[in-house]
Amino acid sequence: MITFQNVTKIYRSGFKPITALSNVSFEIKPKEFVSIVGRSGAGKTTLLKILLAEEKPTQGIVLFEGQNVHQIRPEKLPYFRRELGAVFQDYKLLPCKTTFENVSYIMEVMGCTDAEIENDVPKVLEIVGLTDRADNFPEELSGGERQRAALARALIHRPQIILADEPTGNLDPYHTQEIIRLLMKVHEMGTTVILATHNKDIIDALGKRVITLEEGKIIRDEERGRFLL
Amino acid sequence: MLTSFRRIIQSGWLSFRRQGGLSLATIFIMTMTIACVSSLFFLQQTSQFLVSSLQEKVDMSVYFTEASLENEILGIKNEIASLPEVKSIDYVSREEALDKFTQRHQDDEVIMESLSEIGVNPLLASLNVRAWEASQYESIVSFLNSASFSPLIDKIDYSQKKPAIERFSSITSTINWVGIILSVIFAAVAVLVAFNTVRLAIYNSKEEIETMRLVGASNWFIRGPFLVQGVVVGVFATLITLLLFVVTLLFLSPKFEILAPGLNLFSFFVGNFFLILLIQLAAGVGLGVLSSWIAIRRYLRV
Repeated sequence: MITFQNVTKIYRSGFKPITALSNVSFEIKPKEFVSIVGRSGAGKTTLLKILLAEEKPTQGIVLFEGQNVHQIRPEKLPYFRRELGAVFQDYKLLPCKTTFENVSYIMEVMGCTDAEIENDVPKVLEIVGLTDRADNFPEELSGGERQRAALARALIHRPQIILADEPTGNLDPYHTQEIIRLLMKVHEMGTTVILATHNKDIIDALGKRVITLEEGKIIRDEERGRFLL
Repeated sequence: MLTSFRRIIQSGWLSFRRQGGLSLATIFIMTMTIACVSSLFFLQQTSQFLVSSLQEKVDMSVYFTEASLENEILGIKNEIASLPEVKSIDYVSREEALDKFTQRHQDDEVIMESLSEIGVNPLLASLNVRAWEASQYESIVSFLNSASFSPLIDKIDYSQKKPAIERFSSITSTINWVGIILSVIFAAVAVLVAFNTVRLAIYNSKEEIETMRLVGASNWFIRGPFLVQGVVVGVFATLITLLLFVVTLLFLSPKFEILAPGLNLFSFFVGNFFLILLIQLAAGVGLGVLSSWIAIRRYLRV
């Protein structure tokens, strides 16, 4: 479903080029649950950014269902991105929209009817426990609430793949469990999940495939991996 | 399609309301821009009015010798009237000239006495010539001097008026040039200020725009609400400017009329209301939409 072939990403700013990813290759099959682990700066976020076509790789290609993601024309890019649901590390909620509007935005973009929006959004908000916060703006939410709002937005349109970059970074253990249970549930329903995290407990409890990155290189790729750095 | 359109408009209006302070600041700048552009329009009208009313006052008289006959002069009149530079020409006979003269000086005893002392009519018949523009008198004079009937001409008072006419002519063209240059500079400054205000307002939403791209919104769905905001700002700014002008002109118009009789800016405003509204709307909405369009382009590349 997703194939990374010899992907290298070098950021050129300042005097010294920074190699974020170096010759990374792997494949993700449909309905797989893959965790990507590594220290801060190991290249997890860069990897997800490249998959989302937010960044172009310096070398190598990324295929999604046989299509080179970085050769999709700008006007076709939105359609590709609607196949994915992304939870960003910095949430990226729209500050001028309420929680409800942030979640419904993608449905509006996709041209869903008002009735569908009225029906689906409250359900998802209930799942992530934000029913009471539907009319609040992001700046009125706590870090954990924002993270859950971001997750709700990534789920709402039932994408084929969910990319989650540190979705539990700001959550207490109780909510962390909730989010992971939620991701597991979505995965059981047939969604491919790519989870980037450095939470040891989560990885060890999941018992799923783990790709470990260090300084931009894949040092381990195990079917039933554990958190080892 | 229709749903998307409605959502774009709704979303634009919502952002306009929620970013109240920013919207207000943009409206303020836009109002100043539109006011500036429309003042230029009024300034140009005023200077045109002044120039043409001064031009009306300039003329030239051609006096004929006592020996010339009336039908000879009338023949010459037709000949001069056929020149392209001539706007109008009037014949003043010796008797008419005397009538006018006595009328003007009837209270001045010394002049009236000396006139009756002479016994005969000392005034000459003349043709009063008006050109379209002050600069054209020179060529009319040279035509008169080289014409076959030039011996009949006693004098042309152009040479006495010449310095005044020439100065006036140069002032007129200076006013026009300064007006054009100032208009261009003012308009450019106003447009740049408005453009940069919108740019800053959109820079503020830079990350928002990039996020919208990342979650899969099409460019039109992202751009639309900003353009709607541009339109709303433009319309509000136009309305405020119109109101400002109505009030200002209502109070200032009488004072202007003292300075330049016959110039009523308020009635000019009312008479050209739709033209002015169109100019202001075009300036306000056009600027708002165009600046948004240009400013947003770079953030859509994600």
